[in-house]
Amino acid sequence: MKNLLLIAYLDLKESIRANWFIIYSIVFGGLIALFFIAGITESQVMGFSGLSRLLLMYIQVTIIILPIFVLITTVRSISGDRDSHILEYMLSFPISLSQYYWGKVAGRFITVFIPVFMAMAFAIIYGTFKGAEVPWEIFFLYTGLLFAMSSAFLGIAFFVSSLVKSSEMALGISFFVWIFLLAFIDIALISLMMQNRMSEGLIISIALLNPMEIFRVSAISLFDPELTVMGPVAFYILDMMKQWQFVVLSIVYPTLLGILFAFFGYKVFAKKDLV
Amino acid sequence: MIKIENLTKKFGKTVSLDAVSINFNRGDAVALMGANGAGKTTLIRLIMGYYHPTSGSVEINGLNPVKERVDILQSVSFVPQLPPPIKLSLAELISYICKSSGVKKEMIFEYAKEMKLDIIPNLNKSFFQLSGGMKQKFLIAVSLAKESDIMIYDEPTANLDPKARDDFYRLIKEKEKDKLSLFVTHRIEEVQDIVNRQIYMDLGKITTDEAC
Repeated sequence: MKNLLLIAYLDLKESIRANWFIIYSIVFGGLIALFFIAGITESQVMGFSGLSRLLLMYIQVTIIILPIFVLITTVRSISGDRDSHILEYMLSFPISLSQYYWGKVAGRFITVFIPVFMAMAFAIIYGTFKGAEVPWEIFFLYTGLLFAMSSAFLGIAFFVSSLVKSSEMALGISFFVWIFLLAFIDIALISLMMQNRMSEGLIISIALLNPMEIFRVSAISLFDPELTVMGPVAFYILDMMKQWQFVVLSIVYPTLLGILFAFFGYKVFAKKDLV
Repeated sequence: MIKIENLTKKFGKTVSLDAVSINFNRGDAVALMGANGAGKTTLIRLIMGYYHPTSGSVEINGLNPVKERVDILQSVSFVPQLPPPIKLSLAELISYICKSSGVKKEMIFEYAKEMKLDIIPNLNKSFFQLSGGMKQKFLIAVSLAKESDIMIYDEPTANLDPKARDDFYRLIKEKEKDKLSLFVTHRIEEVQDIVNRQIYMDLGKITTDEAC
């Protein structure tokens, strides 16, 4: 445990000094600042106003860009250390592979989660200061979604990082994963299935296996508990489970998915040659 | 100390190490030589537990370096051929080494001083930012401070000036008694004063193994 915390702490310190972390923090912090400057909290569209609207916009943008940020910055964690022979030296000391791997996972999780969470927390603090009403329910749901989203993509990134030998290959795969989950499942797979008259239940179930899709739906579920903006698809979801069950699923499923991928990543890391 | 039996390592169809059997004992100071691709680094990496053998076995003090790496690495010091681009500061790297291996910080400082490397003014600098020679001196200081029974050096003097090489050889001569030292090198003349055994490798096999 002592060594795991040591690895996590050192990875955290190293990440905080890295250029990617500065850009990452500026992007999410800047996004919130931009929303305030643009007066989003003062405008009203389709019943959404104030901080609720700002948080909804923040989560909508974050759903798109957080996965790619997490993937491209994390996917080189193990493969990059392997490429540059850092792993060879660092693992010449009596550190177990599980301590090294899970220490890296823990350190990197804090690095990717804190800036996106802090940007949202800053919005709440600034909004309160400006006299806006704080939508605590939405804030807690989105904190859960950000946690789950960071976990899911971090797990996938560590799995890819352990699997491939070079960091360039890891980077290529991470772009593919992002595009696949962002658009390919919807456009290609589901369209093809609809053309072939596959059952709607099957198509929706496949769509909901995609963590990005489940985040999208969950993000609007507090504003629109009947999910009316989704049209007939809402019937399938709400027939299967209650709205609160869907919210729990949208946090628990991606978190477990991330842990599962990270676990498989560890198995690959421990089974393969280290350098 | 190190018992290697019928050890083979393949990468795809390429045989990097071909049924090598050899023992290394306490008191051995070995120069491991051979052309590029002879299998020297593969052998070292198998001893360090970085590679899983395709067949055969490696035992260090009766332990398997892949399965019992933590126990084995307590008593192994390793200096790679090229210092890796570690972004941690020297203070952080020293903290990692001391906490993971129980090495005393003062010992690293002392050996660094012997290698003419002043660590204190560089503590907050990234290891990556040091010159090639400084990095190598630091890694050598760490390897000596660890007081291991097995010391493995892969071309350790590649980045060192003649004075620093002399310092290294002097320190090694003082430390290597009752230990096992392995030096991967291309130039026997560099290590002939500190080794008592020479091993030549070619195409993944040991071609000669003689005392000197």
